Amino acid sequence: MNAIASLFWFARHERRLAWRDALSMMTAGRPDRERRAWIWLCAFAVALHVIAYLLVRNFVSLEMQADLPTLIGITASILLSGSAMLSQAMESVTRTFYSRSDLELILSAPVKAERLFAVRIGAMALSAAIMSVLLMGPFINVLIWRDGWRWLSAYGVLIAVSLVTTSLAVAITIKLFQWIGPRRTRLAAQIAAAIVGGVFVIGLQTAAMFSSGTLQRLSILQSETVLSRAPGLDSPLWWPAAAALGNRLDLVWVLAASLLIFLAVTARYAPRFAGYVLEASSVAQASRPAMRAHRFRVLPPAASLRRKERLLILRDPWLISQSLMQLLYLSPPALLLWHNYGKAGGAIVLVPVLVMTSGQLAGGLAWLTISGEDAPDLVRSAPVKPGRLLRAKAEAVMQCIGIVFLPFLAVLLFVSQRQAFFAAAGIGAAALSSIAIQLWFRGQAKRSQFRRRHTSSRIATLAEALISIAWAGTGAVAVSGNSLWPASAGFALFLLLCVRWLSPSRLS
Amino acid sequence: MSTTPASTPPALSITGLSKSFGRPAVDGLDLEVRAGEFYLLLGPNGAGKTTTLRMVSGLLKPDAGAIRIFGIDALADPIAAKQITGWLSDEPMIYDKLTPPEYLEFVAGLWNVPGDVAASRSRELLRWLGLAPHARERCEGFSRGMRQKVALAGALVHEPRLIILDEPLTGLDAGAARLVKDVLHEKVRGGSTVLMTTHILEIAERMADRIGVIAQGRLIAEGTLAELRAKTGREGATLEDMFLSLVDEDRAAE
Repeated sequence: MNAIASLFWFARHERRLAWRDALSMMTAGRPDRERRAWIWLCAFAVALHVIAYLLVRNFVSLEMQADLPTLIGITASILLSGSAMLSQAMESVTRTFYSRSDLELILSAPVKAERLFAVRIGAMALSAAIMSVLLMGPFINVLIWRDGWRWLSAYGVLIAVSLVTTSLAVAITIKLFQWIGPRRTRLAAQIAAAIVGGVFVIGLQTAAMFSSGTLQRLSILQSETVLSRAPGLDSPLWWPAAAALGNRLDLVWVLAASLLIFLAVTARYAPRFAGYVLEASSVAQASRPAMRAHRFRVLPPAASLRRKERLLILRDPWLISQSLMQLLYLSPPALLLWHNYGKAGGAIVLVPVLVMTSGQLAGGLAWLTISGEDAPDLVRSAPVKPGRLLRAKAEAVMQCIGIVFLPFLAVLLFVSQRQAFFAAAGIGAAALSSIAIQLWFRGQAKRSQFRRRHTSSRIATLAEALISIAWAGTGAVAVSGNSLWPASAGFALFLLLCVRWLSPSRLS
Repeated sequence: MSTTPASTPPALSITGLSKSFGRPAVDGLDLEVRAGEFYLLLGPNGAGKTTTLRMVSGLLKPDAGAIRIFGIDALADPIAAKQITGWLSDEPMIYDKLTPPEYLEFVAGLWNVPGDVAASRSRELLRWLGLAPHARERCEGFSRGMRQKVALAGALVHEPRLIILDEPLTGLDAGAARLVKDVLHEKVRGGSTVLMTTHILEIAERMADRIGVIAQGRLIAEGTLAELRAKTGREGATLEDMFLSLVDEDRAAE
């Protein structure tokens, strides 16, 4: 088979695997759900288009031109989606390195592995592009509908951004590999991916907070300071934004440059991939540096379970990077609290963010401890009542939530006892609700399937988000001094009851 | 074979045990394992061996029947029954991010073993199973055999009176399999009871006090090797010959 034919052959193989993987994610591994999954997907697409229309219609009426404020706004949007794509691509590259799956088969076959890795790098770019098209597509479609075909070129910009971000992700991960070695790269790349994904939004929010005292990102982008310091309209920095606005020449330049970068990176690094994959695969087999001598200390059953859960959470780099991502979003409101120290206003922003984050973090941790139990038979064969086991797991999650949120509550306590009380109550309620949902929708899975936990039950995922929002809203209403907060709390509880009613544990 | 006083209740007594997953997996099974014996459960794939062991260990709820472990009703008082039982499945389920002593510490905690007792037993088990040099490593880098040995140590750390093992030698190399067999042999000599399934008939011939043959969820034959030979009328036959003959007879009788 010649080089081109084998590239296509590998591409076909990858496409089949990717398609089946995507289908399995959509249907949670149940083929009978395929039709339902497509209906949900279509409904989701329609909902996204409605949201996009509501958000974009005001901008369309302004008849956007390629002036400086517009170019800055569009460039920021491109950077925003680019940072998310870069994060996703870094995740994919790390997974390619460290997941053994079919690599041993391929590396042992008499074929040039670099062709497969070239295809895999291409597949990463494609999946980054598809993800961004899924999220940004509705906005572009609405713009095409309301403002004309010139916006079609925005799709070209998305493809260019996905090519550049994938190239960057490959280069960064391989450089990390060279600098710090395969063992540390895994954790470093996962944490870097989590930070990259959120750093742009957080940076903008932080800048906005210090300049205007709010978390409005747009306010900083359109401020006099930014406008006066931005490069002129003829700067290549604005080419992607101008291309998105329909400038065909700029689009050609942007696409050509991104393709060139992508081909250069692929040509340079694809031949080295096989070596790095082999090095990475030896990490699992190589013994880790010996841990310090262990002092044997037996605790009662529930405390043993809590300690085990804590240890497993702390020793899970992937989980740490995911939690870090959620905690990162807490930094702007935390800064706002510090900035507004002594004033009451900051808490109205901070409390809902804290409550929402608590619900989401508790949901993830509860899934890990309850559904992601790697030794279910061991735990179930122990002489401990099942209810006590589940309670201990829920307590482990609450302990982690306490460790994360107590510093915020302590600071808030100095600002206002009332606000600290409502924040603590909201954090507790959101966390307990998420734990309850995970208990009701629990199903046996491996910890390593954490990335796919959302696909096992979409009702649980949606419920977790909705109820966290409801508790966040209650927190905001309560700290603003509005006496309607009991009604809002009642609504959150009503939602929780509805979820309980829908849960499989009630039906079984 | 160890001898037990007549007053000692059987280590395991199963009566009319049934479990169905659409079709019957275990179908009115009656079985008794005496205290202090090494009892081996043989059967073709899908015969109901694992389902039976999982019900005895409290991991599956039977549709009907009774299970008594050393006289304790395992369905009415599962906690008391679990306290004296150790379970090891064919797929070692351990925590990758824990070291072997941390794993044993966790298991000892679940079974409420006093700290000093658990510490000395753990040290002894790790040494016995050749895991002591790896005591400061996390299990994530362990081979299948090492993982199975960690899981076995976990099943033994609380000194169970009844040790239930489902295909514990699957995937082990000769050295590791020998070690596991030696450990189990020692445990039986020390007074524990072992109930085990395996496909390795050589183990049944060499180690088992009694053998039960199960097919389609029912016990079709039981006894010592000599008793089974007498039953099949095949003097000098290997266990493999007898096993195949019994299963074929059962299929033909259907």
